[in-house]
Amino acid sequence: MQTAMKLSTKSVMGALAWSAFELHALAFAMTSPAFAFTAYVSNEKGNSISIIDTDKLEVTKTVPVGHRPRGIALNKDGSELYICAGDDDQIQILDTKKLAIIGTLPSGPDPELLILSPDGKLLYISNENDNLVTAIDVATRKAVAEIPVGVEPEGMGLSPDGKVLVNTSETTNMAHLIDTQTHKIFANVLVDARPRAAQYTPDGLELWVSSEVGGTVSVIDAANPKVKQKIAFAVPGLSKEAIQPVGLRFSPDGKRAFVALGPANRIAVIDTLTKKVEKYLLVGQRVWQLAFTPDAKYLYTTNGVSNDVSVIDVANLKVVKSIPVGSFPWGVAIADQ
Amino acid sequence: MIFKHGILAAFLGVVLAACPLPAAAGSTIDVKAGFIRAPHVQETLSILDIPAADDGIAGAKLAAEDDNTTGRFLGQTYTIEDVRLQPGDDPAAALNGLLQHGVSFVLADLPAAALLTLAEAAKDKGVLIFNTSAPEDSLREENCRANVFHVAPSYSMLADGLAQYLVWKQWKRWLLFKGSHPQDELYAEALARAAKKFGAKIVEERIYEDTGGGRRSDSGSVQTQRLIPVATQNAPAYDVLVAADESEVFANYLPFRTWDPRPIVGSAGLEPLSWDGTHEQWGAIQLQNRFMKLASRRMNARDNNAWVAMRMIGEAAARTGSSDPKILRDYLTGPEFAIAAFKGQKQTLRHWNQQLRQPILLGDGRMIVSVSPQEGFLHQTSELDTLGFDQPETKCKLQ
Repeated sequence: MQTAMKLSTKSVMGALAWSAFELHALAFAMTSPAFAFTAYVSNEKGNSISIIDTDKLEVTKTVPVGHRPRGIALNKDGSELYICAGDDDQIQILDTKKLAIIGTLPSGPDPELLILSPDGKLLYISNENDNLVTAIDVATRKAVAEIPVGVEPEGMGLSPDGKVLVNTSETTNMAHLIDTQTHKIFANVLVDARPRAAQYTPDGLELWVSSEVGGTVSVIDAANPKVKQKIAFAVPGLSKEAIQPVGLRFSPDGKRAFVALGPANRIAVIDTLTKKVEKYLLVGQRVWQLAFTPDAKYLYTTNGVSNDVSVIDVANLKVVKSIPVGSFPWGVAIADQ
Repeated sequence: MIFKHGILAAFLGVVLAACPLPAAAGSTIDVKAGFIRAPHVQETLSILDIPAADDGIAGAKLAAEDDNTTGRFLGQTYTIEDVRLQPGDDPAAALNGLLQHGVSFVLADLPAAALLTLAEAAKDKGVLIFNTSAPEDSLREENCRANVFHVAPSYSMLADGLAQYLVWKQWKRWLLFKGSHPQDELYAEALARAAKKFGAKIVEERIYEDTGGGRRSDSGSVQTQRLIPVATQNAPAYDVLVAADESEVFANYLPFRTWDPRPIVGSAGLEPLSWDGTHEQWGAIQLQNRFMKLASRRMNARDNNAWVAMRMIGEAAARTGSSDPKILRDYLTGPEFAIAAFKGQKQTLRHWNQQLRQPILLGDGRMIVSVSPQEGFLHQTSELDTLGFDQPETKCKLQ
């Protein structure tokens, strides 16, 4: 009996392994040569970072970090990962080789999101509790500027030339455009309720802002900062209220935008030129943030409620894999090596 | 002067001084609100529930700070004038005082009758009133008024939010225990309606007579321990005891003391609420933290309703660039209006009676146990309209 049981288990395992291999082969057929990148995923409730080998498509290590890690960003050479540890009121620095916390940056209370300046020298951080954006000099680990913004600062974006920093404030419902030379706000644009992500198109001509509660993405003219169009979403069988745009990323060629729709459990794929939704991709539950692999072939999404990461084949617009990670995955960043 | 006036504008100077931007178009818009409030019952069964001196108004003050933070980017300022009514004071006279100070938005934390008096007095005065506490359905139905917005949920919304959860749990046999005050009767009616609407059954109705007397004493628990089992014995088989006690007479004595070991819901145990100090989902922790910093206590439902009301005013003024109550009213009742209020989805107005659509939290005082509408309760326009009286059944004719 026992032998028979063992045998049948083995054959099931074999079948599973085979289908996984097939999926792999299929996924990588059009991607050769496959480089292994490293994806870092912050687990908001797990108080950890899951490290994914993008070749193996699995978690290779889970590193314990500070309390309530959300926003994460890599430095230019990928040697350090900056982690907003919100409940510790600090930014932790993870050495990506040693996989150990090697220091902290002052951040002001409850840091949520951050972005690195194009030259890699400054980190801009949104402090939810203080209505501030803080700029930190990475080398000296000192705060060099505090910029007062609206209530509950959240999303951070930079223009491709690095001259404009954008911060969204969730209760003020604005995108604040900040001159990175003077650290002064030069324009405020009202968008729909609870703005989250702010991203420039790769050509720098448009700024897109997602509104979680408003359920839209506002397209702002970068040269003359005003909303010129709003993109709405409709998924058959889902109530309007369930569609909550959060994470937003453009493909590096600028042709498509990918928008995470939160509890709608879908990624909307938008044609950047026509602003039309081409497709809705079903991913995990409460999809939150997004990151491309450096070769732009795959898009990783964090799915907060289902505790996994979905991997999207960008060329074919197909979800090819879901990878279990820690508890309540939130942020994602992917390094070259 | 019969009213105690306090202009809560001290922080304005600070905000303006810190303004990093020239005011839009060189001119500022001043949005002036008033807060008229009657004292709340201080005699609560639990000392945790005794209202603070700034109950309700603290929420409006926080929203005014938030509105001012936004306002500095738009050249707008927000102030609130606090008016505390003493027993016997006329809300109409309070309104006149506010009108003289240029107030055109009034947050009302008043019983239903006083709210109607205020609405009548405000007619044709170009004033918008925001009901932040009165839950009576009649105010949204036969006694609805065009100049009143209801931020607080109605009894029927609260009861439906609770009923959906109980039905989801398959706790469908209810023992309804209601107090002897008119308010208790209104809440009990809403609960009975909810039972019928969602397929629960009230197996028996009992009344707890209020015989007067103090709520607390040093030896109170001895008597209660003997009283409650007797009051709940010989009931037909039931799953859950549903209490309607709006007057703090008995409901909080029920948990752990009933004859049969059954959960308590309604006015004690698992309560349907528009807000609770324990709610932290959907970014609510940020609002809770800001409120704690300002008021040194947790935010209750009345504080939150006042916060939402003042934010609705701020939202409408920011979007329209105006402080004209006519323009703000059009915006609030129009298709564009939606407010983010930390309950997981946008909140909009029922245009037929000016009630704010909203999820209902179910809390036990320690945690939020669930949030209604529950999954599977569907609606053709908004699932939030499964809570309370819906458009086809409304008796409201706005005027």
